[in-house]
Amino acid sequence: MHRKKLSVQSVVAIGIGTAILFLLKRYVSIPSGIPNTNIDTSYGFLGFISIMFGPIVGFFVGFFGHSLSDFTQFGAPWWTWVFTTGFIGFAIGLLKRYIVLADGKIGLKKLVVYNIYQIFINIIGWVLLAPTGDVLIYSEPSNKVYLQGIISAITNSISTGVIGTILLVMYASTKVEKGSLKKE
Amino acid sequence: MNSNLFGYDHNNTWVHQLTGTSKLIFFILVSIIAMISYDYRFIILVLLLSIFAFKQSQIKWVQIKFVVKLIFIFAVLNLVMVFVFSPNHGAALYGTRHVLINLGYFTITKEQLFYELNLGLKYLVTVPISLIFLITTNPSEFSASLNKIGVSYRLSYSLSLSLRYIPDVQNDFKEISLAQQARGYEISKKGKLFSRLKGTTQILIPLILSSLDKIQTISQAMELRRFGKNKHRTWYMNRNFNKKDYSIILLSIFIVILGILFMKMDGGRFYNPFI
Repeated sequence: MHRKKLSVQSVVAIGIGTAILFLLKRYVSIPSGIPNTNIDTSYGFLGFISIMFGPIVGFFVGFFGHSLSDFTQFGAPWWTWVFTTGFIGFAIGLLKRYIVLADGKIGLKKLVVYNIYQIFINIIGWVLLAPTGDVLIYSEPSNKVYLQGIISAITNSISTGVIGTILLVMYASTKVEKGSLKKE
Repeated sequence: MNSNLFGYDHNNTWVHQLTGTSKLIFFILVSIIAMISYDYRFIILVLLLSIFAFKQSQIKWVQIKFVVKLIFIFAVLNLVMVFVFSPNHGAALYGTRHVLINLGYFTITKEQLFYELNLGLKYLVTVPISLIFLITTNPSEFSASLNKIGVSYRLSYSLSLSLRYIPDVQNDFKEISLAQQARGYEISKKGKLFSRLKGTTQILIPLILSSLDKIQTISQAMELRRFGKNKHRTWYMNRNFNKKDYSIILLSIFIVILGILFMKMDGGRFYNPFI
């Protein structure tokens, strides 16, 4: 599946991350005011953990967490959407090199890049990948699935943006800033 | 909310005695072919078979009542949505148009009803199988099964870790949530959208910080026990195949072949009775 072996830390991060994502998906969603559309808080967490541990962990946390929650909720995972959640985790994880959490404080510029990038990724995932998969695999009518996709893209970007940004800033502020020590 | 989230229930029917691996193979193969096929005769056949296995596993109705109701609501809602958005999808799919009731945009055609019947069956067909799998497979055996069908043992171990830690994280979450509410953060239905988003984040931060500590501790403990140093790993819960397991795997292969035969007969994924 992957040539480079997973480190022990990644194995554990996938395990615990999956548990948290599953929990948020099952029990913590916030109604957005529009009927039947909830803001799924798990995507904010997914954004954070992907940046923290990178694309591979991001993919599996999304993939496992979403399939477990579908499995226990609907009896069968809705594979196209499960896969898309994995894709979002992977894609956001690619920013790990750019936003280094261990360096302390994240500048405004990096946060703006994160947000523009995550909106772009959410659009690719929910407006392009997930509905297209639904049409090809499940043969559902395209206007229905594309509308569902657009709504998810909006709500998930809000979640990844607001919650993700707060988590990143808060976490980074617990770390000592790089180069903050000065010689007197 | 308890540790028994996945509803594993110990019992001693032949379904319980099957190894997790053979049940997993059965579930994967059958759900893939049921996902592809749009032939209601084949899907009903699979559904009947899985309901039979379900009866045999002696699962009680109370255990699954809630889930099954939820699934039904979800399926009906989705079918209604498909109709509202695209009442002409069936006719476009099957190439003919037999009007039953003429209502302008919402004209009901035979093709649409037939398409939605197939779709509804497809929503439901995997439900008994996955319920059987969830309720009759010991979660600790599950990762051993994943490893056996070719998933790397590191990933299988991740999944078993997450099953192990879901109840813990759930407890942490509840405690933190109560503490933060006592401090006045709004997460209840009364709050506005933004204050609820913020309130939820206020729970997430301590949860994540404590979980990151947990990740550190667990991975250090695992490293000390030399996790991941060898190519293979043995599993305490691993069980060897016996005759029943081989016959279940054969049965699932047979179902896949049957599905393919149906598709050959129909000349594609769709069974079209209208031509």
